[in-house]
Amino acid sequence: MCLAIPAKVLSIQGDIAKVEAGGCVTTADLSVLLGVKVGDYVMVHAGFAIQKYAEEEALANLELIRDLYRTIADHE
Amino acid sequence: MNSAAFNDPTTARSLVEAISRLAKRLPEVRLMEVCGTHTMEIGRLGIRQLLPENVRLISGPGCPVCVTPAAYIDAVAELALFEGVRIATFGDLFRVPGVRRSFAQVKAAGAAVEIVTSPRAALELARKTHGEVIFTAVGFETTIPATAAAMKTLTVEGLDNLSFFVAHRLVPPALDVLLADPSLCISGFLLPGHVSAIVGAGAYGALVKRGVPGVITGFDALDLLAGICCLLDLLVKKEVAVKNEYTRVVPPQGNPAALRLIEEVYDPCDAVWRGIGTFPESGLRLRPHFAAYDASVRFGLKATGEEMPAGCSCGSVLKGMILPEQCPLFGTACTPENPVGPCMVSSEGSCAAAFKYGDRQ
Repeated sequence: MCLAIPAKVLSIQGDIAKVEAGGCVTTADLSVLLGVKVGDYVMVHAGFAIQKYAEEEALANLELIRDLYRTIADHE
Repeated sequence: MNSAAFNDPTTARSLVEAISRLAKRLPEVRLMEVCGTHTMEIGRLGIRQLLPENVRLISGPGCPVCVTPAAYIDAVAELALFEGVRIATFGDLFRVPGVRRSFAQVKAAGAAVEIVTSPRAALELARKTHGEVIFTAVGFETTIPATAAAMKTLTVEGLDNLSFFVAHRLVPPALDVLLADPSLCISGFLLPGHVSAIVGAGAYGALVKRGVPGVITGFDALDLLAGICCLLDLLVKKEVAVKNEYTRVVPPQGNPAALRLIEEVYDPCDAVWRGIGTFPESGLRLRPHFAAYDASVRFGLKATGEEMPAGCSCGSVLKGMILPEQCPLFGTACTPENPVGPCMVSSEGSCAAAFKYGDRQ
């Protein structure tokens, strides 16, 4: 039930954003997440943006995962 | 960045190798996931089949509709049968049986039960109807900010025909109760990614106090393998800590604005987890300020009493004490088409996952 999907913010009007995910355009409520701008990616759950999702964070996350097995291999 | 990067087979193979190496230095370990989406993805991706024999993945109470008390469902279903009453509910809850009936059954009998994907849709429903609308506010921390925001909108607009029947449950207090049960022997937790996006890593301090490590884990193949790998690494090093392997979505502090909103609207309370028992401070109730919009006050609804269908072992499954396949009803009297207990009904229930993806002969 805690499924959330990344969506791109296309426009913002008050607390409501028009967002796009996988080619579908829908609305997301921004009232529980501060500082969202047009062009940002957000995680949408139950019609609300609950967290941001930044490209650079995704790259850093991938590196963190790769570091994990590299470090373990080095320990052997 | 698309999710293909987090499902890259080469990196996945390296993680599986690292997991095998670490497992050789450990006795049997039991890692519990407490998120229905993890349960389904572990099954769908075949993660169990990639793990060494001494690394066991067990599913905990990670599906909020599975732990919603049967009495809650019965109370709402009964109310739905009254003229002029409309129920707005997440689809996840629609087919879950109470002791007497499910929402699907009362809808078939003519009751007005509408499936909504957001609490905002419940607001819209109330705006365009004159009858009473009751919204079933269930879910973990991922969902709670959304219902809290909707409750605030409701009070600002003064929509007096909408009320919430709240059965939210909180994950960190539940983990603490599970750890207090020594018969479960949990070596470590794969912590739920989207609950953590709200509560942050700091919410799991109780784990560390009890000497059990946890890793905040995402939902793609590399996330799940990295979560397992990181947990094994902590166990090998005998390090008790909460690590974050889902940094692209979970900042250390979680979502402070959402946490403030939850506090503004709800108070913690003791709560029944279906089939498992009452856990202290593991649920939420509306603060007195919102009493006028509380369905339990408006209609005198109660969700007390705890009954399970005869022969159903969902309670033991939810605690990870037995595997779904070990329930005598599994796959025979209880199937997704004809479910007996909540873990088989919910699309994210442990039994539904085991039925769909398990190695049944």
